Amino acid sequence: MKVLVPIKQVIDANVRPRVKADGTGVDLANVKLSINPFCEIAVEEAIRLKEKGKASEIVVVSIGPAKAQEIIRSAYALGADRGLFVETEERVEPLAVAKVLQAIIAAEQPGLVILGKQAIDDDSNQTGQMLAGLLGWPQATFASKLEVDGDRATVTREVDGGLETLALTLPAIVTTDLRLNNPRYPTLPNIMKAKKKAIDVKKPEDFGIDITPRLKVLKVSEPPARKPGIKVASAEELVKDLKAAGVL
Amino acid sequence: MASYKAPLRDMRFVLFELMDGEDIATLPGYEEATRDLIDSILEEAARFCEEVLLPLNRSGDEEGCVFENGVVRTPKGFPEAYKAFCEAGWPGITASPEFGGQGLPKVVNGLIEEMICSSNLSFGLYPGLSHGAYVALESHGSKELKDKYLPKLVDGIWSGTMCLTEPQCGTDLGLCRTKAVPAEDGSYRITGTKIFISAGEHDLTDNIIHLVLARLPDAPKGIKGISLFLVPKFLVHDDNDLGARNSVSCGSIEHKMGIKASATCVMNFDEAVGWLVGEPHKGMRAMFTMMNTERLAVGLQGLGIAEVSYQGAVAYARERLQGRSLTGAKYPEKPADPIIVHPDIRRMLLTQRAYAEGCRALGAWVARHLDLHHHPDATMRQQAEEFVSLMTPVVKALLTDLGSEAANLGVQVFGGHGYIREHGMEQYVRDARIAQIYEGTNGVQALDLVGRKMPADMGRLLRRFFHPVSNYIEEKASQAALTEFVDPLGKAFTRLQQATIKVAQAGLRNPDEAGAAATEYLRLFGLTALAYLWARMAEVSLPKAERDDVQGFYAAKVATARFFMQRLLPQTGALFSSIMAGSKSTMAFDEAAF
Repeated sequence: MKVLVPIKQVIDANVRPRVKADGTGVDLANVKLSINPFCEIAVEEAIRLKEKGKASEIVVVSIGPAKAQEIIRSAYALGADRGLFVETEERVEPLAVAKVLQAIIAAEQPGLVILGKQAIDDDSNQTGQMLAGLLGWPQATFASKLEVDGDRATVTREVDGGLETLALTLPAIVTTDLRLNNPRYPTLPNIMKAKKKAIDVKKPEDFGIDITPRLKVLKVSEPPARKPGIKVASAEELVKDLKAAGVL
Repeated sequence: MASYKAPLRDMRFVLFELMDGEDIATLPGYEEATRDLIDSILEEAARFCEEVLLPLNRSGDEEGCVFENGVVRTPKGFPEAYKAFCEAGWPGITASPEFGGQGLPKVVNGLIEEMICSSNLSFGLYPGLSHGAYVALESHGSKELKDKYLPKLVDGIWSGTMCLTEPQCGTDLGLCRTKAVPAEDGSYRITGTKIFISAGEHDLTDNIIHLVLARLPDAPKGIKGISLFLVPKFLVHDDNDLGARNSVSCGSIEHKMGIKASATCVMNFDEAVGWLVGEPHKGMRAMFTMMNTERLAVGLQGLGIAEVSYQGAVAYARERLQGRSLTGAKYPEKPADPIIVHPDIRRMLLTQRAYAEGCRALGAWVARHLDLHHHPDATMRQQAEEFVSLMTPVVKALLTDLGSEAANLGVQVFGGHGYIREHGMEQYVRDARIAQIYEGTNGVQALDLVGRKMPADMGRLLRRFFHPVSNYIEEKASQAALTEFVDPLGKAFTRLQQATIKVAQAGLRNPDEAGAAATEYLRLFGLTALAYLWARMAEVSLPKAERDDVQGFYAAKVATARFFMQRLLPQTGALFSSIMAGSKSTMAFDEAAF
């Protein structure tokens, strides 16, 4: 079974994002960019399926600006077999990504698609669900456990108040939650091999898909700075202040 | 809770801006080492060090190694971390692909070693010793020995040691008493006691390969009668399966000031089966191959400690609120100013920083020349080798001395909170201390510099350093923007030249003259080397600080260079006076009066 893992490059989780001076977005020049942590978990899960003999090939896909190709190499270093990169300098929205993926899936015919549940830059949490809708495939989101047996997958999801277990018929869409696994460290030999592996580069036009954004970003601004607190002398004063603030 | 972020930005600066790191890939055998690849490797190494090794540093120090019934247990988490380290392939960075290594440049390895030492110095000793054993065996071992032992050393399944020291024989290896008697099957039986053996016994690997100095029955007296032997903990069958336990055992482990998670063992060899490495009586040559690698690596330990201590001190100086700035409150909204506003705190932080960044550049500069071993031109190769040979004692002693100084400053910035254990700052002082001692004390390094390297071939080795520096000073003398860096460099360099002549001449008449000046001379040499690199770093950074310096990296570089030139380099004046004063006051002192 072939497993397809769509991945996204995002600003590194350890970097403090800064808004561009003109308020058009987050400044990505000279900051560290990495594979989205949920996507990394998706790659790891695919590798584990392959190690268990459940998957035969892992194909990673990414859509984004040229430098985002780096994450295909990161996925190679972890153990992905083949990479497909759709290059565009345009801002891509979840629906556009889902449509491109739909076209790729039509060609690749994977038995399972594993995505991160959301990307940590825009927190959209939509691509997996839209893709399932477009394909008419079953979906299991926020997976904390995944088991594959023949053409069936069993997915455990963390829901409010407990765990929910779903059974799906493959092919299906699974999106990963944080506790699905702990991604491994890439090995030095794999990092070196990753540099030499080919990446298949395409354009959105190759799939005949219009990725023009449907949303317009009006303004991006930093959250307002937190105002310093005050110390109150007594509980009475606290109650008085809270009442004055209209919260009591 | 200690925090550490590998200084990747500065490492890239050293590799690709200060030096032309891109041309590493033009050297035969290093074609793959492109900037792209080096970047990825450094990043992954940083992640591993920060996430896996760093969290075990303090617990490893608190827990230490345990010795019971001849078995050594490393601290909690060490076996798992070591396994992960090997699975990720880190032991084989520079090792030859012929034996399963990645054959990457040594300059890259040096940067990774620094990260390992910053994160967990004790941990680093285990793979570090294996690497030394690999180098000695690879250069001097027979094909059979190499084929049998190197692949497992490279993948880290087995580890290595170097067994030199004996109770009566430390710096003076000629006093070695361990015996090796030939057996009928071509192997030898080794008998004797070795002490201070790092990683001599532990629970990280299935087998431990000891490289042991010993004397053959017909050996000449002293240093010319020492041979090197390979003695495995478990004998290895031809099919590479482990066989019987060899008669080598750990007698006890030392209770040390620092590096407590590293097992320092007494090793007893009782007619243990061993094999000769290299030629009979030529053991010192093989050992020196290993030792030179190790000496540079030990220097990087000092650097690693300086960096991590600096990072801890800066973080604390920003958040610790005490007193007000001498020139009026800088943070009036807070109950007190953070101590980073105080001149003396800034002096300490900048000293740590200038040493760490300067030493990083120096370490990389020398490691870069190790890589020229791959250069197609024989003259280039020889000159690079001479440079490394000259600079090895300087790197070892300077980087470990400054590392120790920086670690002490780190404690000082923390005040009482540095002296107590929970912030981890005092551990750096204890861990850094050994680096000034082992692999040849820093006094011995200084003697190596003045006694061996300086007079070698009528000073030919010295020229490998003196020429580039004097050319640089001459070339840049007319550039007004660089005056504030090149002038102090010129002054220090003149002092170094004069001190060199004095030490060489006086040392010829009376070796005690050279001996008495050696430590100060090495420091003068080292500071001048740092000044040269700081001038070059300032030169590279000045134009970049003017444009597009969003993160202020280049401006900080120039400012640190300025601090080094104005506040640290003047030490060379005092060193110079002290060298020129000669040995009399030291040597005339009546021994009985001590």
